[in-house]
Amino acid sequence: MIVAVASGKGGTGKTSVAVNMALSISKVQFLDCDVEEPNAHLLLRPKISRTEPVYLQVPVVDEKLCDHCGKCSNFCQFNAIFVSSEKVLIFPELCHSCGGCAIICPKKAISEEQHRVGTLNFGSAGDLELVYGELEVGEPMAVPVIREVKRQIKNGKNVILDSPPGTSCPVIETVKGSDFCILVAESTPFGLHDFKITVQVLKDMGIPFGVVVNRAGIGDKKLYEYCEKADISILLEIPYQRRIAELYSRGVPFSLEMPRWKEKFQTLFDKARKLVSK
Amino acid sequence: MKQLTILSGKGGTGKTTITASLAVLAKKGVVADCDVDAPDLHMLLHPKIIKTQEFKGPKLAVIDESECTKCGLCREKCRFDAITEDIKIDPISCEGCGVCIIVCPVKAITFAGRISGHAYISKIKYGSMSHAMLSPGEANSGKLVTLVRQNARILAEKQYSDLIIIDGPPGIGCPVIASVTGIDAGLVVTEPTISGIHDLERALQLLKHFGVPPLVCVNMYDINRGNTDNIVSFCKENGIKVVGKIPLNQMVTEAMVNGNPIVEYAPESNVAKEIEKMWEKTLSALKQGGGG
Repeated sequence: MIVAVASGKGGTGKTSVAVNMALSISKVQFLDCDVEEPNAHLLLRPKISRTEPVYLQVPVVDEKLCDHCGKCSNFCQFNAIFVSSEKVLIFPELCHSCGGCAIICPKKAISEEQHRVGTLNFGSAGDLELVYGELEVGEPMAVPVIREVKRQIKNGKNVILDSPPGTSCPVIETVKGSDFCILVAESTPFGLHDFKITVQVLKDMGIPFGVVVNRAGIGDKKLYEYCEKADISILLEIPYQRRIAELYSRGVPFSLEMPRWKEKFQTLFDKARKLVSK
Repeated sequence: MKQLTILSGKGGTGKTTITASLAVLAKKGVVADCDVDAPDLHMLLHPKIIKTQEFKGPKLAVIDESECTKCGLCREKCRFDAITEDIKIDPISCEGCGVCIIVCPVKAITFAGRISGHAYISKIKYGSMSHAMLSPGEANSGKLVTLVRQNARILAEKQYSDLIIIDGPPGIGCPVIASVTGIDAGLVVTEPTISGIHDLERALQLLKHFGVPPLVCVNMYDINRGNTDNIVSFCKENGIKVVGKIPLNQMVTEAMVNGNPIVEYAPESNVAKEIEKMWEKTLSALKQGGGG
């Protein structure tokens, strides 16, 4: 089963929920898809066994063959190629690596080379397997790195995907193909606003989901009212406790220090499994 | 005209709370909410929308079923797995690159435009606001951020404002890059957690990469004083100014529930006082030509 943990608003506790759940069940493959700011490894403290670069194919132009017709530049939807009468400029950071410029070039002057956009890190913590991606600083596109992280998914594992915040393409890429999504939310105006957008995304994608209310007790009750009206199940509540915040600040998954939470996170995973098989 | 972006790397460290308060303190300034896929600033600043613009995102490939021979060449050449086995476009995966259009031997594929969101120009109690809303799940938030910033510049010129305060999105990817290019200083809001520190470092690297002077604010500094000390000494070693240390206070959430910036809701609170001090330091850093 593949379970994504997402949120909309940042800092609601996605990584904390994903890590604590992962440590409470077995046969886990944990994939940190928040490649802009991966944090799960800070809590899981894995032994890293190897790393792999992530490349995108970007165009290179053979100036001897190029006649500056500009077809590639006209074709490129991402403004990654600029052609003047003397020069061709390529902007690899803007390239989506579709390969179209090489196809359209009438002189066959365009080939592709590898441009590094990130790194995959492979490690383990006990019997948990971890893969996390890291976007190179200064590179804008997280999606190709997320795609590579997800390519590592193994059959027969309990796969947990830690999603980036927001509601746009990196989140879509992460949750796509998941069997279930756990939305971590807080009942505050910001929390609810971003939660509603994420709910819309998941509904459009047809992915079943449920909610973990984090920092329960702060804010107002509007998240609960919304969930009741929209028939969204609340799977778990984690109260606002200074001790939990403190443990998190030190990078300690709180279920390790507060063992009764292990069971609650097991139940959370079981509930997700039941909702999937429905 | 100076531009200041509030960013964080890690989400939920308090960017929007701080931006809203700075907007109040700046008085007649221009505020831009560049967190276009999860914008929250409007819930504190209550903008009255004056103008709405459609935002055209990436195009979408459309297959004319009556022409298509199901040869599968488009599916073979598409690098985004956006064409299904029965030769249909998966709009969620389609990046609008156009490769399928040029490889189709019977010209059965064309582009359709799609409206991916809206940009707004608004009035607020404290000046003007440029903001936007990306439709749920849409791509190209970087381009929408650029539009929001263009609108903010136009507003600032019109009202002779010399400062734009930008609320940035979390992360370090395209919308963040679009929020920090060409600004005068980046105020990184962090929290004293090991994730906060890790993400602070990457946010600072990003600012350095784009030649933007950094400033740092430690929010909720008292949840782990040891980590706060580490952040402060790290910044000192690297010649980065820490302009604020803001305590944890439940009133911040109360203010949010009430839909008010904290400096307005509880002007006498320790949080409001500290934000005021931070604002003075930030202004003088901006006058001196950024952070550092």
